[in-house]
Amino acid sequence: MTVAAPVPACFHCGLPVVQPGRHVAPVLGAQRELCCAGCEAVARTIVAAGFQRYYETRLAPQPGSDLAPPARDLPPAGIYDDAVAQRQFVAAPTEHEREAALILDRIRCAACLWLSEQYLRRVPGVLRVDINYATHRAQVAWDPRRVRLSGILEAIRAIGYDAYPYDPRRQDELERRDRRRALWRLFVAGFGAMQVMMYAFPAYIDDGAGTLTRDAEQLMRWASLVLTAPVMLFSCGPFFSAAWQDLKQGRISLDTPIALGLAAGFAASAWATLAGAGEVYFDSIAMLVFLLLGARYVEMAARQRAARELDHLRRWMPALAWRLRDQGDAASAERLAAHLLAPGDHVLVPAGERVPADGVVMSGASSCDESLLTGESRPVAKRAGAELTGGAVNLEQPLVMRVARAGADTRAAAIARLVERAAAGRPRLVESADRVARALTWLVLAAAALAFLWWLHVAPDRAPWVAVAVLVATCPCALALAAPVVLTRANARLLAGGVALTRSRAVEVLERTTDVVLDKTGTLTTGRFAIAHFVPLASLGADRCFALARAIEASSRHPIARAFRGEGPLPSVSALRNCPGHGVEAIVDGRRVRIGGERFCRELAGEPLPARFAPRPALYTPVFLVDERGWLAAFLLEDQLRADAPELVDALAAHGLRVHLCSGDDPAVVEAVARRLGIDSFVGGATPQDKFAFVAGLQREGRVVAMIGDGLNDAPVLAGADVSVALASGADAAQVQADLVLLGDSLGGISDGFAVARGAMRVIRQNLGWAILYNAVALPAAASGWIGPWEAAVGMAASSLAVVLNALRPLGVTAGRAGVAAPALAAA
Amino acid sequence: MESLYILVPLSVVLVLGIGWVFWRALESGQFDDLERPAHDVLMDDDRPV
Repeated sequence: MTVAAPVPACFHCGLPVVQPGRHVAPVLGAQRELCCAGCEAVARTIVAAGFQRYYETRLAPQPGSDLAPPARDLPPAGIYDDAVAQRQFVAAPTEHEREAALILDRIRCAACLWLSEQYLRRVPGVLRVDINYATHRAQVAWDPRRVRLSGILEAIRAIGYDAYPYDPRRQDELERRDRRRALWRLFVAGFGAMQVMMYAFPAYIDDGAGTLTRDAEQLMRWASLVLTAPVMLFSCGPFFSAAWQDLKQGRISLDTPIALGLAAGFAASAWATLAGAGEVYFDSIAMLVFLLLGARYVEMAARQRAARELDHLRRWMPALAWRLRDQGDAASAERLAAHLLAPGDHVLVPAGERVPADGVVMSGASSCDESLLTGESRPVAKRAGAELTGGAVNLEQPLVMRVARAGADTRAAAIARLVERAAAGRPRLVESADRVARALTWLVLAAAALAFLWWLHVAPDRAPWVAVAVLVATCPCALALAAPVVLTRANARLLAGGVALTRSRAVEVLERTTDVVLDKTGTLTTGRFAIAHFVPLASLGADRCFALARAIEASSRHPIARAFRGEGPLPSVSALRNCPGHGVEAIVDGRRVRIGGERFCRELAGEPLPARFAPRPALYTPVFLVDERGWLAAFLLEDQLRADAPELVDALAAHGLRVHLCSGDDPAVVEAVARRLGIDSFVGGATPQDKFAFVAGLQREGRVVAMIGDGLNDAPVLAGADVSVALASGADAAQVQADLVLLGDSLGGISDGFAVARGAMRVIRQNLGWAILYNAVALPAAASGWIGPWEAAVGMAASSLAVVLNALRPLGVTAGRAGVAAPALAAA
Repeated sequence: MESLYILVPLSVVLVLGIGWVFWRALESGQFDDLERPAHDVLMDDDRPV
């Protein structure tokens, strides 16, 4: 490659312009360079429609960002006009009106949404367009006499986006109903509280000299009762129903004291109103409910937002696929739901679309962006025979693939299940916090009862209100509330960097980790061995030696075995025996043959290694081939260090972790690698048992050990370590048994994992500390009558809010690639 | 003071009325997308009135 003048970036999509001057368009008063005919068409369309402003308000595209170039070679949108197909996703409110929900694809920022909406409104026959900026869903209504659905979709494609109809999922609908209902409850409580406060005001300022007549006071009380009743009956519904459910099962929960306090307060006030004597506290009750619901609403919004961060897991897989009825003919493509694909189907993947299933490329050559799955942003070249992973974006040319696994069997779906399982679990610290919260609930009930009895002696008229204050002021919710939000966020954050957390317990252990044991082959090195030198040790010819080695290694999944892959006939192999960490033994053409490390081979050869082989350059891994009669040959394999291996070791050291290198590889090679990376503690020639013993030895010293390995050959060691990290590139991510699975080829995610775990645990600890401190102060204060019910309510709501807001803080790491589009307006 | 007997019940009715208006707004989807209004200020809307 020659160094040339900096390549201009495409004005529309940000990709490099290969042929400057070939595609230009006048935008914003200047001729702009564009990368391809597609971008030129899009830019000209946008300008011609008068939407140049789009280029002013959008987020500037960055080269290599997640913006795919405009779709080309898309199958015609006409198939959506089919009346039978439309029945699934099109509603017909009136005879001349059709309505559908569309998912907008390739949206990057708010300006993209604005442009799509404005452009669609100009399409003749379109009656209404409404785009939800938070979910990227569009609701479109049109007049079927003037425009067809395909026309609408083509209009969106003309400006560089894509859209497809979808069946509004029940989940979205449920979430929306939850949000509306919660807001409605909050609002009822808010208005009730405000108005009741006004009715209570005269009683507070009454000087007792008869300014406030008894009739007027009674009137105020009745008005308060009327307005507090809906607050109690409707807004407090969730508290009462939760408490009742628990009571029926003989349990108590966080809602029990609150429900009890509210019910007692309201009943006492209502009785006082009916009887015309005694104190009423309607204002305190209504305000308490409002503050409680406010805290809960913020918590719900936080939870839904955290869940949405994880939501792009679900969006990995496209909803629809193009199946080829006739394998060789791209024109025979038919649209169907991706989960209906079956293994063996041939599928067309147009440029710019997501791969709908796992499979193998049959024809075509392109490159794919697998960043959603692996965190690796560089495109990966794909040609016939290459494996495709569902969820990757096909960038350049259409591909035809044969489906190997579809729907729930795909790698993406398996990862999603792993991560969801992790999100459902909880670290031990959180579990013990839950137990403390339950114990605290009993304590609160007991304290309220005691305070009630004691105050009954001292000042009987204050007794109920002190009890209510105790029930309300203490807030065990802070103990239980915020950890799930933090964990979900940590999970989503890690996933965006290409690390799947499969057990949430790992977050806690990662934070305590003191030592990291690294495997070499396939972890610090790429694991893609190549034969650098062949050294004959007997008279057997090179071809014959290679054939023997290939035959034995053919069925092995060890990274070394891959170096021996090749074409040609193989001799027959029997009695194959795999000795992990040593090598492979087999009987080939009646001869017992071994391939593997020096010690393993010497056992069979029965003689020491020929002296002329002894001095050998470091950094080559020798693999020997022997039979019962003696040494046959040596293969010197070369394994490249990963480019980011030094960074990883430095980053781990910067986190204060002790780094060890423990490998089954030749000691000289291990030492050379360790020296190069600056690792002081290293062990070479280790069998899996040795590695296990090494980790156990560290643990006996009281160290907490994280093991990082390739997941297949290191499985027992990974299981023995306190926390395990596996690299799943090549191996099937879902089959790997590890606490953290690195989905891509980049090691950066590992040190990120430590940072995120520490951030998450710090936030959880702060929240627990705050909850304990608050309750230790609030409980005695309420029981001694220092704070009344309304002050108790303020304290409790503020405590919950503090905990939730703290959980929403960044987790102590610079944000990586945002998982979801952040619709912020940059300085445009 | 007698006006209280009109005003207080009236305020109760008023609160119920406000509650109903809010409910209508909620059900019409006004609060479903709280992100959009922030962007609308900056972006032209050519919607024919």
